[in-house]
Order: sequence, then structure tokens, then C-alpha cells
Amino acid sequence: MSASENAAATENGAAQMTGAQIVLQALADQGVDHIFGYPGGAVLPIYDALFQQDQVKHVLVRHEQGAVHAAEGYARSTGKVGVVLVTSGPGATNAVTGLTDALMDSIPVVCITGQVPTHLIGNDAFQECDTVGITRPCTKHNYLVKDVEQLAEVLHEAFYVARSGRPGPVVVDIPKDIQFMTGTYKGVSNSQHKSYVPPRDGNPDAVEAAVELMMNAKRPIFYTGGGVINAGPAASERLRELVRMTGYPITSTLMGLGSYPASDKQWLGMLGMHGTFEANNAMHDCDVMICIGARFDDRITGRLDAFSPGSTKIHVDIDPSSINKNVRVDIPIVGDCDAVLGQMLDAWKAKTPALDKEAHARWWDQIETWRARKCLHYKNCDDVIMPQYAIQRLFELTRGKDTYITTEVGQHQMWAAQYFHFDDPNRWMTSGGLGTMGYGIPAAVGVQMAHPDSLVIDIAGEASVLMTMQEISTAVQYDLPVKIFILNNEYMGMVRQWQELLHGGRYSHSYSEALPDFVKLAEAYHAVGIRAEKPAELDDAIREMINTPKPVIFDCCVDKHANCFPMIPSGEAHNNMLMGDDVTGEDIENAITEEGKVMV
Amino acid sequence: MAQPGSAYSLEKPIENLESHTMSVLVDNEPGVLARVIGLFAGRGYNIESLTVSETEHEAHLSRITIVTTGTPMVIEQIKHQLERLVPIHSVTDLTVHGQPIERELALVKVAGAGEKRVEALRLAEAFRAQVIDASLEHFVFELTGRQSKIEQFVALMQPLGLVEVCRTGVAAIARGAERM
Repeated sequence: MSASENAAATENGAAQMTGAQIVLQALADQGVDHIFGYPGGAVLPIYDALFQQDQVKHVLVRHEQGAVHAAEGYARSTGKVGVVLVTSGPGATNAVTGLTDALMDSIPVVCITGQVPTHLIGNDAFQECDTVGITRPCTKHNYLVKDVEQLAEVLHEAFYVARSGRPGPVVVDIPKDIQFMTGTYKGVSNSQHKSYVPPRDGNPDAVEAAVELMMNAKRPIFYTGGGVINAGPAASERLRELVRMTGYPITSTLMGLGSYPASDKQWLGMLGMHGTFEANNAMHDCDVMICIGARFDDRITGRLDAFSPGSTKIHVDIDPSSINKNVRVDIPIVGDCDAVLGQMLDAWKAKTPALDKEAHARWWDQIETWRARKCLHYKNCDDVIMPQYAIQRLFELTRGKDTYITTEVGQHQMWAAQYFHFDDPNRWMTSGGLGTMGYGIPAAVGVQMAHPDSLVIDIAGEASVLMTMQEISTAVQYDLPVKIFILNNEYMGMVRQWQELLHGGRYSHSYSEALPDFVKLAEAYHAVGIRAEKPAELDDAIREMINTPKPVIFDCCVDKHANCFPMIPSGEAHNNMLMGDDVTGEDIENAITEEGKVMV
Repeated sequence: MAQPGSAYSLEKPIENLESHTMSVLVDNEPGVLARVIGLFAGRGYNIESLTVSETEHEAHLSRITIVTTGTPMVIEQIKHQLERLVPIHSVTDLTVHGQPIERELALVKVAGAGEKRVEALRLAEAFRAQVIDASLEHFVFELTGRQSKIEQFVALMQPLGLVEVCRTGVAAIARGAERM
């Protein structure tokens, strides 16, 4: 039976079909058009059902970790739930890194895993593992389906849980005999979940108090995060309206880039460990902090007891456990960012604010003096490509194009966040919480699948990119013209930077020895390889990359010793940053205290 | 309250630890207890005592009673982290609603002869423990009460020939007419 025939049967009431067909029908009814997966013994019935329908398109990855990252890229660039299909045992364990990544960054993913037949569970069968046990701490929720009559309901619930509230990954483990068994398909139900009902609107009194506080602020700042992006494009629109209406400065976490346009004058740049001087100092000296959809992560706060000591803090978050976890806040508002921003706008408009214009002018003057420090300035060079310069050129040459950026993890990721500027949400896909090297290529594959005509670039490092390089093969197979822009400094740059700062320059195993020739590697994969070694040839090479309608690996050979600045050394406060242009050897040696050295 | 010096705080803050009793209503489904215990283990929270049983058969709901210790900030976190779990219906911190009624059941095996045996039986009566098994050489006492009472009884039995003890952990319910 094809999926469409099944759909007809559903309308007539309960349809009987096999477990495998139920899976495909549920995916179709959930509006899924692409899934990322890898077949194996315990999912063969589902792959057989996939073969016999054409509603859901399957993308064959080269490793299950890649499947989850691709689904994440797909989900983050579209706002939809990303879907993964893998087999039991190694299929499931290989997916664990991706699932943990999705959990840390709150990305909606449904991962269907095959399992050995129910009568073999617990017998150490071939390719058996305790999938629900292993994935329990790295998913928002998971299910083992032991009754085919519950399969449809569980699948629909999995989608509901993945996308509702604070989104996250959900695993549905389906034993092979259940996939063969015939059962009843039930369509999507609108009834309320029996226990999981996430909040939406914020407490009106708290919103009122927050707006009151905002109106009386003398040195206010907005600090926003990935929650605004997760709440949908409408939330970003409301954020823009609110920020412009108030005239207050705004900074954002790595995950929140794009929710407020980087080209706007109220934008201070990213904050945190590699954030801008102006954003971090403004956070430190503000009197009212308006945190929306961010979670006071340790990369943001730096030294906790010196974090924004004089401010009154408002925190909007859909997850009550994010509130008062690291930093005690004064006005907590539990709710969806979009809804609460709407409430804040209404409350602001309902009043005639008597803002302290004079204080705000002084505050902006102060911010301008910090800005004048030009913290992202670096010494450019005529014969070696500086990595910062490479990102700047990439940004300039892709301006005005329909561009999506993914990254790997490390120095290149921070440089991308600092020098590539985003004016729209859902354009920036990076592994923030887990910091997964190898995220970028598969994520780019997922993004390109969702946006076939857009320019999708993975800003990468030569070490990270080798972790999931095999997914180039996926890109080639599906004609996905992703661009892998490698800042090749022959080092695991961030590891090297920390070894320089903390470990007396003893570069233990951080040099990328025996690197492949990336141009030849691209050719071996039937992709296109381009190399740039001199600043003078960079622009033409980037243009060639953009104009190549095929997957490209771009080997950008950059300065080997550049460090990522500015930087808040671990264990330090926001107003104690290391700057790039005036760091001496002695500064570097003394930057991190003995206490700070044990921190990550 | 004071916050630790950094996110990766070096010294464990030993400020005002509080003991709280939480009542957690969950779907009685496979793995739900593992979720709760895994949450405590994974995030480094303490479990002093844990009691679980299905309490509403029709609705397949179980009630988990957890006694835990932590700073007020950690106690608040525990409650919110538990609430994130999908099969959890409600989490009530009984301690913040006034002193809850707490009871624990213990089975205490004591072996001995002569004066010690007589003393054990005498103390058992004073504590209103029941003899539920006996031979000429031993008693098994059943004792219900607050944790402190059980601790005290077990300590008294120690020199009188205590063999082993089994305890259920705390069951707790809020005072007053309302449901939690």
C-alpha cells in the first residue's frame, strides 16, 4: 500500500497497516518531506516501506552522527522538526553525539531507531544496545515501542514533544517485529498531552513589573539568545520592534545571532568569552539587564561573582529550570519568547514612558568610548592571509546573497561569529552548547537540502572538518552545492591558543600532522577543490567558489599563529578582557590565574 | 544568597544545606524511575531517601517521595528539572508547605538470649514495635515512625544483638484537607 492510499484509508476511519507503514504515514501526516538516515538490519522493514512511497524523501548520509547534524541544520534553518532514521546498536550509538548536540542547543529532532525484535531484547543480540537507556540523558524524551497499536500515537507524541516548549531531540526505538506487525494507524490528534503542557504567556504582573523597570532604567541592555530564534521569525520581529522602540543597546549569545540585525546601530555584537569589548563592558556596567531566551551559560558570564554586579535582572525563558540556575534574577518570566515579547510591547505601548533621556545619552556615550577601542581590530598582512581577513572577505563577497552559514568548532567558529554579520534569524547554524567538532559539513548538507537554491557555506577548520569529511560524499550524491570554507592553519587552533595561554606553549598533540591535500581530496570525492595561499588571490578564489554550482572544498591557508581575541580569560570578569592588538607575552602568561587554569 | 566564584567552582559551597521532601506524581511506565534517578545522578543532586509505589491504579499514576538536601538554589533547580521530564505530572515540595507528615517502616532483626533478649522486647514495647517473627533465639520487630524514631530504635538494638535492618524510605503527605 502506498502512503497516499493509506491516507485515504485513514479518512475512512481506522486503517490497518504494518508498523513500518505506520512510521511512514505518521511522518507524512506530520508534514515531513526529508529524513536523514542510514539503513541496517533492524530498520529494513521501514526502508522497504520508504522504497514503496514517494512522499517522504530519504537522504543517505555516510555516518549516523552526520544524519543527526544534517537534521539539526535542516531544523534550524526551517523551524521544522528534523527527522533521523538509523538502525539498532551502532546506528543508535553513533547518533548519540548528534542527539546530545541537539539537546544542548534545543533543536527539535525526532530520531527513529531500529531495535532487535522484542523477544531478543536483553539477550545481547547482534547489534543490540539499550538505546533508551543510552539516550535517556541525551534526549528530551525517548520511547521504546513494544505494542504496534501504540506506535502511531507515540510517533505523533514524539513530534509534539520535540517541537513544543523548549525544543529538543526525541528518540523512538522500534523493535523489528513491531515494524512487521499489523496494527491500527491513528492520525494526528489535537487533544492535550496528559502531562507535558509547556507554558506560553508570561505572568502579566511580572511583565508589567519588567516593563516598569525597563522604563526607569538608566543603563539598560538587552541580552538575547537562541530562545528568540527557537520561538520563530515572529519573535525576532517583535524583538526588533521592542529594541527600536526603547532605543536601548542589544547584545546576543552565539546561539542568538541574527535575531537582531548586526548592521543596526543599537547592536553591540556578540557577548561572552570571545564577545566584543563594548558588549561585555555594557553587560558589566548596566543597571537593568533584559535577558530574553538565553541561559547565563558559563561562556557568557565568566566569573560568576563578578558578573554584572550592579544590575537588576529580568529573565524571560520558556524553561523554568533555566531561571536562577547560574545567576539569581530579580524578575523571572516563564513563557515563550514570542508571546512574552508581544506582552512587553503591549505593556510598553500602553504607557507613556518618561524615559531618562539624559542618562541614556550618557550611557550611549560610554558605549561609544568602548566601541572606539575597536576590539576586533587585527594586524593585517600582505603575504599571509589572516583568518579574520578571510572571513571579512567572505562576508563582503556574499553580501546581498541568500546565504546560510554553518560552522565547525574552534577559532574559526569564533571568527565567523565576530566577522560574519547576520541580519536575519535562522541563517547561522553552529554547535554552541556541546561544541561538536564535525558539526558543520553535515549541518550544511541538511540546510542545503531544505534550501536547494541558497548559498550554504560551512566555515570550517582543517581539524574539525576531517571528523565528518565523509558527508561530502552525501553532498555529491544529492547535488548539494555546499561550500566548505576551511581556515587551514595546520593546528587545532583553539587548543593551541589555550596551550599557549595556559601550558607554557607546550603544543601537545595540537599540530595537524599528515594533513590531506584538500584540493585533491575534493577531487577524489568528485567535488571541486580550490586553494588560496596569498591575500591577493583570495577574492577571486572566493568568487570562483560562489560561482561553482557544485560542492566545493576551499582550502584557505591562513596565518598559523593567529589567536582569537578579544577574550575573557577563564575565571575572569567581563571587564577584564584580553585584547588582540596589545597582548604581550607577559600578559598571556599572567592572563589566567591558578584557579582559572582548572576551568575549561 | 552568595553565588559560587565561577561556573566551575573549585570549592563545594557548604552554605545552608536544607533537607526537603518532594512528592512527585508520575505515569507508571517503564523507565520512569530511571529518568528520575538518572537526573539526580547526572546533575549531582543528593538522594537521602526514595520511595515509589503505584498509588492510583486506574490512572496508572505512581507517587515518588524523595528526600533530598541542597542549598535553596539547588532545591529550586531540582524541582524545575523534575518538572521538565515528560511523564511527570506534578512535583510538590512538601517542606515549603509546612512540616509534612513523614513515616517510614523498618523491619529489625535482633538475636540474643537472657537479659539482652528481655531488654530488647521491653524497648520494643516502649517504641510500639510489633513482634512479627520470633524463635527462642531471635525477634523480628516491625516499627513505623519518623526517621529519627527508627534511627533511635536501631541504635538501641545495636548492643542487644542487632542482626540486620530493612527500611522502606520515607512516605510523606501534606497536612490538611487538600490534595497536593
